Amino acid sequence: MADKNTKLTPEEIYKLAKLANLSLNEEQIKKLADSVSSILSYVSQLQSLNTANIEETAQVTGQENVFREDIVDNERMLTQEEALSNAKDKHNGYFMVKAIFEEE
Amino acid sequence: MYYKPIIGMEIHVELKTVSKMFCGCKNDPFGADKPNIYTCPVCLGLPGALPVPNRKAVEWAVLLGLALNCEIPLFSKFDRKNYFYPDLPKGYQISQYDQPFAVRGFLDITVGNEKKRIGITRVHLEEDTGKLMHATVDDPTSPSGLRGASKKVSLIDFNRSGVPLVEIVTEADIRSSEEARIFLKKLHQIIRYLEISDADMEKGSMRLEPNISVQKIQSRLNRDKIQKLPPYKVEVKNINSFSFAKKAIDFETDRHIAILETGKYPQQETRGWDEKKGVTFSQRSKEEAQDYRYFPEPDIPPIRWSKSQISNFKALIPELPDTRIARFIKEYGLSEYDATVLTEDKKTADYFEKAVKSKTIPAKTVANWIINKKADISKLSPEGLVNLIQAKTQKLPMSEKDLEEVINKVLAVNSKAVVDYKAGKESAIMFLLGQVMRQSHGRADATTTRKILENKLK
Amino acid sequence: MITDKSIKEIHLGLRKKEFSCEELIKETYGNIEKYDSRINSAITIVDKKTVLDKARQTDNGKKEFDLLTGMPFVLKDVYVTRGIRTTCASNVLADYIPQYDATVYKKLLDLGALLIGKMNQDAWGHGGSTENTDFGPTHNPWDLKRVAGGSSGGPAAAISGRMTVFAIGEDTGGSIRNPAAWCNITGLKVTCGRVSRYGAIAYASSFDTIGPMGKSAEDCAVILERIAGKDPYDATSSPASVPKYTSFLNKPLKGRKIALPKDLLGKGLDVEIKNAILKAVNKFAEIGAEIEEVTMPIFDYGLAVYYVIAPCETSSNLARYDGIRYGFDRSKFTEETIRRIMIGTYALSAGYYDAFYRKAQKARTLFIKAYQDILSKYDAILMPVNPTPPTVIGELMSDPLQNLLADFYTVTQNPVGVPSLAVPCGFTKDKLPIGMQLIGKMFTEELLLNIGHQYQQVTEWHKQKPDIIS
Repeated sequence: MADKNTKLTPEEIYKLAKLANLSLNEEQIKKLADSVSSILSYVSQLQSLNTANIEETAQVTGQENVFREDIVDNERMLTQEEALSNAKDKHNGYFMVKAIFEEE
Repeated sequence: MYYKPIIGMEIHVELKTVSKMFCGCKNDPFGADKPNIYTCPVCLGLPGALPVPNRKAVEWAVLLGLALNCEIPLFSKFDRKNYFYPDLPKGYQISQYDQPFAVRGFLDITVGNEKKRIGITRVHLEEDTGKLMHATVDDPTSPSGLRGASKKVSLIDFNRSGVPLVEIVTEADIRSSEEARIFLKKLHQIIRYLEISDADMEKGSMRLEPNISVQKIQSRLNRDKIQKLPPYKVEVKNINSFSFAKKAIDFETDRHIAILETGKYPQQETRGWDEKKGVTFSQRSKEEAQDYRYFPEPDIPPIRWSKSQISNFKALIPELPDTRIARFIKEYGLSEYDATVLTEDKKTADYFEKAVKSKTIPAKTVANWIINKKADISKLSPEGLVNLIQAKTQKLPMSEKDLEEVINKVLAVNSKAVVDYKAGKESAIMFLLGQVMRQSHGRADATTTRKILENKLK
Repeated sequence: MITDKSIKEIHLGLRKKEFSCEELIKETYGNIEKYDSRINSAITIVDKKTVLDKARQTDNGKKEFDLLTGMPFVLKDVYVTRGIRTTCASNVLADYIPQYDATVYKKLLDLGALLIGKMNQDAWGHGGSTENTDFGPTHNPWDLKRVAGGSSGGPAAAISGRMTVFAIGEDTGGSIRNPAAWCNITGLKVTCGRVSRYGAIAYASSFDTIGPMGKSAEDCAVILERIAGKDPYDATSSPASVPKYTSFLNKPLKGRKIALPKDLLGKGLDVEIKNAILKAVNKFAEIGAEIEEVTMPIFDYGLAVYYVIAPCETSSNLARYDGIRYGFDRSKFTEETIRRIMIGTYALSAGYYDAFYRKAQKARTLFIKAYQDILSKYDAILMPVNPTPPTVIGELMSDPLQNLLADFYTVTQNPVGVPSLAVPCGFTKDKLPIGMQLIGKMFTEELLLNIGHQYQQVTEWHKQKPDIIS
């Protein structure tokens, strides 16, 4: 739950980092445990705001039903070379990463 | 102790729009001859790029929902599903979480002689990921310095990234592998009738994942009443055909029963189907369930339909298979079997109706020709088929010479009848006439033949 | 200097051949060479020869041309520019060469404006001082020991240091207004959706705005006329018509009602800044506006709303930086950026989503109501931009919570979507710039620019230059 004295443990920071695809060293984890906790404690004051029967606002564009038509946009399509132009590792037109052994 | 499989399905279908879901790139991942040739800043996840939804894809998702008897909520939106994987360029997939385009529908199937209703929980729209392939490539930087050193890598092609994907989720209403197979065939047929996807499992434009669990039933009497769902379910991936789906479900059902007999529950996990070995295997299970941290997509305004728009959508749905079968039976006097075969795919049904339109040939005849493949209708237009049938069943007049020949042959092999007729037996000439008709395949003219026979037998 | 003049004045000078575009460009590059080693406003400077060629083409080109043709400008390094390195001030993108152009950049290119630099900022927009950058802090031209503000500190310092005529900044929680106020220039946070975000590296998608920065409200009006408008590549861009903002500038202020939230001028606000605001109030009264006091009690929750939703959206927007298709890996993120990603990941995660993200989005609705209530009765709300004068380099970065609190006045306008114009309104006794902001209803930029312009007709703050720039 959220309360004014939120204090995250290094273990929780580590799990959070994994969820965020970040690898942190021990020192970073320690420092972040402090600063993240202090900011979460600060923003927890929202709990004291009465929002009963109030709808959430997810965006303020005021718009609805914005679409594009189903046509090919040749202006924006990149050539294979352009698509790969910033990749550090590539192979025969593919982006390349170390082998992923997850599934299949 | 009796056991009942409890099965739900999750089906993904690639829509065959011309362009992708959130950008104008060409939607043809299967047909691309090179990797990464149909990408742009949006589907490649470049910094600063923004998604704009494809109107046609949205409309087709609604149509599919309506064809599956769903309610179409007046308000829906897109959400971000956050997770990391190399084939997911933005690090999140734009999908729909709690307010999808269609909910609470059903699909009626016929299993044996019984009708069964399979609940459709939801139909929503999302974008496909890129494709990951495993390979081994040369490694010139190998620390070992060995010549010919190689490394295992994953190669990524983003041609498929951003292709519109419709996800259909059913209730856990399916109770056997055969029901599952029938359901999938019916769903496949409807999708093809709507012409929104090729739904080709081999090409990957239709993918399915059954969720399977098995319920212990105390007594035979309560067999069909499922009070509480089992406290686990197993998801099976990598199934490439409806018959493999049936096999995988059968395998899993047996596997679960075996575990349940020992008093334990099967582990809740994701398994892969190995079609060569005919078994499922445990995939590297993640320690915790993924936390996707869904939140509303801030880059795309929500969608709000008016009631009249929904009515307009309803009007766009073509006649679906069940309705068409009923009409064929009524309008053309076809049997249920014939009507079912003809309507199996929309093209054939359309072809049939075109051929019957001119009313030159009776509907049942046309049906017969199509069903029993008496002609190659892929090479023949409906009008061409009508002409062919007319030609083949029309009596062409025989030449005198040919008729003479046939009559002489018949007389030659039927000497007893000739003797009988000459002896005064009138019916013998009818017999001979019948033989001539038979030998000439009905082409001989009965009156002319009789006259010639009478002359010859004077 | 030519760069002391307004856009209109420079344009007229070019047309009358009082000076050439080539001279103008030489002057800006001259100032860059003279001052930027000390100010550090730029990350990438466009090749001088290339730009001079374009300048000469402009000089030899059509006799009639647009106000922005030949005009030198800089972009906060958050906008992708094809073929020109774009870093967002982060080592994660230290070598990224974009394959496409941001819409706002393309619009300026089409008009013949001349890009001379990609400017320093707080990386990913994460900061209010241009210290959270992998390219060294930007120093305030008014006092080199102090920060220029952020996150669009580079553009602000460049304008203030006469190294360019105008800039396009980006404001998510004050990032145009803060450095504008601390560098003594004018900057506009536009209405949500007014200017296309296509090609702007996202920080918090539902808060990010693209806006003009210049020496005056008039300059901002000229720029906004040309960059606003619907973009088919940005589904959130507004179809609302784009007014000719410059044609509203000269309307007299008689009858205009401005609200002053007195309860926000209390503790935590530097006394010199408070006095400058009150002086500005008198000035507005002199030129015909009516000022009335109001209160905004909900304001105290503003930072909490911002610092839940913005980290949530940024944790998702920064997920694409995995080093596979471009850039370097995620280990290159700074501590501040990592902190914001972690806060956002936490606030969206199972078990915390309702208490944090959802709660903040509900509070957001309350803020929309609060602003609506006041703006239904008043044309604009007047308030400070920063609670303190420019801080000394290092001060804010040493304390993450203090860093957060410094954004007090500027973080509520973005969640609500309303526009706000930051305008110089005085100096501290140490000759450090003070700015104020005028907040309006959505799509009332023409009114804010009008009020700002009228204020700038009767004050000279915005005309002043840092001592070191001569």
